[in-house]
This record gives sequence, structure tokens and C-alpha cells, in this order.
Amino acid sequence: MNDPKLTGRVAAAMLATVALGGCITVNAPEEPIVIELNVNIRQEVIYRLAEDAGNTIEDNADIF
Amino acid sequence: MGEVMNKLTKSVLAAAALATALGGIASPAFAQRDPAYASARAAGQVGERMDGYLGIVVAETPALRRIVNDINIKRRAVYSERAKATNATIEEYALTAGCQAILATAVGEKYQAPDGSWQTRTSAAPLRDPRCP
Repeated sequence: MNDPKLTGRVAAAMLATVALGGCITVNAPEEPIVIELNVNIRQEVIYRLAEDAGNTIEDNADIF
Repeated sequence: MGEVMNKLTKSVLAAAALATALGGIASPAFAQRDPAYASARAAGQVGERMDGYLGIVVAETPALRRIVNDINIKRRAVYSERAKATNATIEEYALTAGCQAILATAVGEKYQAPDGSWQTRTSAAPLRDPRCP
């Protein structure tokens, strides 16, 4: 364990583990943000289609 | 007398022609619901689903199933055409139409709430998907 090369490698491995651990904790909170985005996209689509759908219902009053 | 009748006939015919012409133009906008569908709707036997299609609210009968299937096949054809024209999916377009159709229900008619339950429309705003405009 007194070998400076070995000590260096152990330190590097520990640093890598910490860095990796850091990456995982950063990724975790991203998940709910993606889900929220999907909901927003859907609502945007509905808002975009709203006027057209309203006209469609009026133009096809016999089936609505 | 003959001339008077002739004029009268002409004006009646002209009026009839005008009415036919106007009726021809106006018919798509004023197309009426089939009487069987209208009465099932008024009786609360069928209602507007969240997804843009008609649903059976009470115990299913072959007659109700026939009415609902007929309407939904026609709705799907219209949704399909409009979805293509607006670069949307049929489901997206149908859901949007569902939002509007529920909003357009008359007091006493049935509609599906976001939790899936059937509700009777009151004068208050209907319970709709939070994404509805």
C-alpha cells in the first residue's frame, strides 16, 4: 500500500466512483421533467386543434 | 283569372325553387340527428365519452349498440379526415373533439367525467380533462 502508483490508482478509482455517483444523482430529477413536458405537448396539440374540432362538430351536427 | 293563376303559380314555383336552393346550401350546417339517436341522447341512455366518441350509459341493448356504433363509425371517419388535414393523430383530434362535445352538451344530457364516471350535465361547467381548452 506504500506504492505511490497504487495509491494513485486507488484515489483515481475513488474519484471515478464519486464522479459516477454524482452523474446518477443529477440524472434522477430529470425524469419527472420529461413527463411534464409530454403533458404540455399534448395540451398544446389540443389547443391547436380546438377551433378546427369545434367547427367539425358544428358542420356534422347530425352525428354529434 | 287565368293570368292571375299563372302569376301565382310562377311565384309559388319561384319560392319553392329558392327554398330548395337555400335548403341545399344550409343542409350540412343544419343536419338533424337521427330521431332514434336524438331520443336516446335526451333520455340519458347514451352520452359523450372523454375520447370523442359516444358511449352507452345504461344497460346495453342491441338497439342502443346499433345507434352508438353507427354514430362512432361516422365520427371516426370525420376525425380521420380532419386529423390528416391538421397533422394530428386520430386520437389527438378525437380527444379534442371530446372536450368540445362535452362542453356542448345540453342540460340533462350525459357525459363522461375525467374519472370515467357518467355525469348529468347541469347549467354549471362540465367536469373535463384538465388539458381541455
